[in-house]
Amino acid sequence: MTMLSRRSLMTAAAVAVLAWGAVGPAQAQETIKMGALATLEGAFAVLGQDSMRGVKLALQQHNYMAGGKKIELIEGSSDASPDSAIRAAKKLVEQDKVDVLVGPLSGSEGLAIKDYAKEHLGTSFVNGTSAAQDTTLRDPAPNFFRFTTDGAQWQAGLGEYAFKNKGYKKVVTVAEDYSFPYTQVLGFMNDFCRLGGHVVDKFWVPIGNKDYSSIVYSIPSDVDAIYVALGGADAVNFLTQYEQAGGDKPMIGGSITVDQTVLGTKGKKRDYLIGTPSAGPIADNWDNPEWKKFVKAYQDAFPDGFPSPSLFAHGYYISTLAVLESLDAVKGDLSNDQAKLREYMSTHEFDTPTGKVHLDQNRQAVADIFLTEVAANDKGQLFNKVVKIIPQVNQTLGMDRDKFLAMGPVSRDNPSCP
Amino acid sequence: MASISDDRARAAAPGAAVERAPLRLPKGWAYLPLALVLLTFPLYANGFWIVQIGAYSMILGIIALSLMFLAGYGGMVSLAQMSVAGCAAYFFAILGHSSAEAISLGWSAWLTLPLSLLIATAFATMIGLLASRTAGIYTIMITLAIAVAFFYFTRQNYDLFNGFNGFAQVEPPHFFGLDWRQPLPFFYLTLVVSALCYAAVVYLRRSTFGLTVQALRDNQRRMRALGYHVTGHQVAAYAASGFMAALGGLLLVWLNTRISPGTIGVGPVIDILIIAVLGGLRHPIGPFVGALAFVLLDNFAIDLIDRERFNTVIGLCFLAVVLFSPDGLLGLWEEARAALTRERRPRD
Repeated sequence: MTMLSRRSLMTAAAVAVLAWGAVGPAQAQETIKMGALATLEGAFAVLGQDSMRGVKLALQQHNYMAGGKKIELIEGSSDASPDSAIRAAKKLVEQDKVDVLVGPLSGSEGLAIKDYAKEHLGTSFVNGTSAAQDTTLRDPAPNFFRFTTDGAQWQAGLGEYAFKNKGYKKVVTVAEDYSFPYTQVLGFMNDFCRLGGHVVDKFWVPIGNKDYSSIVYSIPSDVDAIYVALGGADAVNFLTQYEQAGGDKPMIGGSITVDQTVLGTKGKKRDYLIGTPSAGPIADNWDNPEWKKFVKAYQDAFPDGFPSPSLFAHGYYISTLAVLESLDAVKGDLSNDQAKLREYMSTHEFDTPTGKVHLDQNRQAVADIFLTEVAANDKGQLFNKVVKIIPQVNQTLGMDRDKFLAMGPVSRDNPSCP
Repeated sequence: MASISDDRARAAAPGAAVERAPLRLPKGWAYLPLALVLLTFPLYANGFWIVQIGAYSMILGIIALSLMFLAGYGGMVSLAQMSVAGCAAYFFAILGHSSAEAISLGWSAWLTLPLSLLIATAFATMIGLLASRTAGIYTIMITLAIAVAFFYFTRQNYDLFNGFNGFAQVEPPHFFGLDWRQPLPFFYLTLVVSALCYAAVVYLRRSTFGLTVQALRDNQRRMRALGYHVTGHQVAAYAASGFMAALGGLLLVWLNTRISPGTIGVGPVIDILIIAVLGGLRHPIGPFVGALAFVLLDNFAIDLIDRERFNTVIGLCFLAVVLFSPDGLLGLWEEARAALTRERRPRD
């Protein structure tokens, strides 16, 4: 009997320890809790870290105060898979009880978080940099706000520029095989096909693909250019193998294709890259006082950061900024399911380092887009020169909303103009 | 007490016949407090703890239990258990309802539920047919290869598995008029399935089949000489554990309401092995203990240490457990109990 009771005692003690952890302390509403969700692990970990810099920069500039209340930041991490994003969001929303969640970073994560948002109407979800189109275009959540533009908006003007100024009539696309690059390809093809251009073939590759030889040799010899929407190392790998195979067709770049990893490469590729057009929500070398102020603030706050804020730091920065300014405007009033806050965020026009931003009826940002082209400076370094700013691009790329929706959800095969 | 001292003496004797004394855990009524806490858990925990910690731990525990059964009793370390779970989850989405209306067939849950279990079990059986030709590290390699191949296949196949996006809005069926997505019903559903799986393994361990599998682990050649069908028994073990993993996979897809290649990638595949080893491979309660520790670490390590370094904490904890106790967390329990018994011995 003594044996038995001692065993029971030990089991009871063990489970009691676990049970004790389950009862969280009650929280008074003196502070406002803000969750930030980014990819701090996996392939996009470096980008996720830069996103967090954007959040912190905005908070530092506000002294971690908004609407007269203290802002408490709680970080969450995913690995770019929708599952991990949902898990992290559940922890932030259901356990840490954040009032506002800023994130996520990657396309398919955003689609998952939007679905999750519908089950938690008491919390406001503000997108990070996730740029899949259907996060807001189709079946939007009433409490999901996106102050960043989507992947199709990022490519505004690029199709027209390639067709008219560059004179490309026939292209093939090479892009990664998930929701964000689909959206990018749509953004490019929308103008390009309408003007009479042809996308004769599309190649979809897995993220992190190393061997592009089968694609390199499948590119028809009669195309004028290749549209490449690959990120970081994938773009370098593709271009290297394309060059080694003797390819010489000019490139058109997606928003995260022609970044510093590509521009910093040495050798023959440098000459090849000059003149490559691209478009996106930021341009590193934009000569504008507001933008320069933002870059300076970023550099001062994070000496260990990138030389210049990435579009991820920028996206999280303006999203956090919009939340903080809105909280100031409504004096931190989160009553009635945050009605005042949401009303303000939905209707107000915000000033950001990249121009004015306001939301449409689906709570999707309308903002300026930068059309750039690779050029060499007097030291011989390559950079993205701003060619043109496309003002206030909306989600339907200037088209009638019903017509745009009638084209159907973006996918590997939609749109098509062979 | 006498029997325990005998065991210890035997284990300590040079050239002892018993390689490893069976792990001694509390028996019978000693589990009553544990059962009580599990049953009343939803009373004092919030929704997050009920589902994301409680139910999620048990689901990972079930899948790890299927590995524990194969590895602990059969000596076959299969890394494809998460793939089998994912297979069940995928087919539940393909045959039933999901956001990908062009692919999902929309059949009734009464049909999709058994069918997806059946398909996943068949998948596990085929893995078993292949893997039972190998042993030791080669089993690990071939099952890892299968898991990785299945991951890439689902990611690049758009006709059946819907590629990178996978399936969203996969909801549990509304059996018996209950919404099983609600935290409370889902928690108890998971608890019942876990208990059944646990009981099944405990029963199998003592059954003729279980004993045969354990004997195969210890000496295949002798068993073959005795006339046992080695491959047959091993494949059957794969099938049985595959069925268990498939149950876990269905619960997993109901919890997440989505299945995509990320769920069955190399990371999650290795996680299952980590959970099983962390908990201990010698007793069926081990995987559940390991899963609980894993889920707690996974969720709260980011609060202990800021930003980029939290994965280091998780890794160090695993290292510490494996370093100090080869039998995982269960081994630590055993040591604690042994220490306590020693202390009390004079009074016995």
